[in-house]
Amino acid sequence: MIALLVRDLRLAFRAGGGFGLGLAFFLLVAVLVPLGVGPEGGTLGKIAPGILWVGALLSCLLSLDRIFALDFEDGSLDLLATSPLPMEGAVAVKAFAHWLVTGLPLTLAAPVLGVLLYLPPDGYGWLVLSLFLGTPALSVIGAFGAALTVGVKRGGLLLSLLVLPLYVPTLIFGAEVVKRGAAGMEVATPLALLAAITAGAAGLLPFASAAAIRVNLR
Amino acid sequence: MSIWEYANPKKFMALSGRVLPWVTGLAVLSLGAGMVWGFFLTPDDYKQGSTVKIIYIHVPAASAAINAWAVMLIASLVWIIRRHHVSALVAKAAAPVGLTFTLIALVTGAFWGQPMWGTWWAWDPRLTNFLIFALFYLGYIALWEAVENPDTAADLTGVLCIVGSVFALLSRYAVLFWNQGLHQGASLSMDAQENVSDVYWIPLVICIAGFELLFLALVLVRARTEIRRRRAQALMARERLA
Repeated sequence: MIALLVRDLRLAFRAGGGFGLGLAFFLLVAVLVPLGVGPEGGTLGKIAPGILWVGALLSCLLSLDRIFALDFEDGSLDLLATSPLPMEGAVAVKAFAHWLVTGLPLTLAAPVLGVLLYLPPDGYGWLVLSLFLGTPALSVIGAFGAALTVGVKRGGLLLSLLVLPLYVPTLIFGAEVVKRGAAGMEVATPLALLAAITAGAAGLLPFASAAAIRVNLR
Repeated sequence: MSIWEYANPKKFMALSGRVLPWVTGLAVLSLGAGMVWGFFLTPDDYKQGSTVKIIYIHVPAASAAINAWAVMLIASLVWIIRRHHVSALVAKAAAPVGLTFTLIALVTGAFWGQPMWGTWWAWDPRLTNFLIFALFYLGYIALWEAVENPDTAADLTGVLCIVGSVFALLSRYAVLFWNQGLHQGASLSMDAQENVSDVYWIPLVICIAGFELLFLALVLVRARTEIRRRRAQALMARERLA
């Protein structure tokens, strides 16, 4: 499992691996929104939590098809399927690797982009915490979508269409945490629900993803 | 004699062929009766005027859309557990019908909302849910279309339907948490204190029954078409080999 994790990370960091693509996209969103909305601090500060969460979600979406597609094409997915490691474990590791190269950098970069968007000072801690708790769910759900579409040629659009409705609860609770935190309100409820979605998705979805991969390899 | 015998396509075709005219006839009858009664024989509401009558399409379509998803879920489970092809075909056949009903509910809701709420669209929980629902249906249908091998497609969409159902439920409560709504509470239940007046209630229930029957008829027609299409394909494949 660790070998697989290291391999995935190495592939992601090397040239053409797409590391940084998500980050660049996140930065782009944070720069373009003020240019489109206008520089008024009041408006920007109000929509900053939502924009940051939507930006993180879209950047995550961007790199999803890489989770399985390349391995499917060059046959390493077949090798994984025949290895002693259960497919569920392989899927979970690959989703975790995806989170390490997209979700985690996004979480760390978010406060800087929060400055660009005039996020109220109380919001920063909650922004980092909610992204830290919520982005793993995005990776795991995304891995499920990628597993469904791995056999489809040019399935990028299909993947987005499948995954988008599944992202709704995570986005709602995540943005709600930051919004309430920035306004100085109670955040325990949405935070607990967000963590519950991540825990549930990480615990159960790998089984569905592994089933989908097995069907696609048949 | 058990229900699983109808998993045999031949028996399914025989039974559905016999049932279909009755279901269609009943659907036409109850839809016609409910609509005529609802549109022409009920009084205008004292506040909403005659726009209240959109209810005879809006509510039945919405309820049929949700039931269509339930049918898909059960059919997918049956396919994944017992691998009866007819069941996968029913799930496939139900999806476009469900999507159409979802869109009908959204559009008629907009027509009603414009004069009543003063807006075509509001981020009300039920509206939001139906929009998400429409996206689910679209994704499900797109996955069926994208995968070539019918058995692979049936398996993948089945898994998607099960996972999607869980997330649809989650979204429902997440959206409620996110925004409180404009829709009225449940007002058709048997046990509620305050219900829609009987004048509107009886034609509405007839319309709901009509929409469900219409759904059943459409699903049967689509499933039968699909079975015939596959038979034709099998015949052509056999001819190519011969």
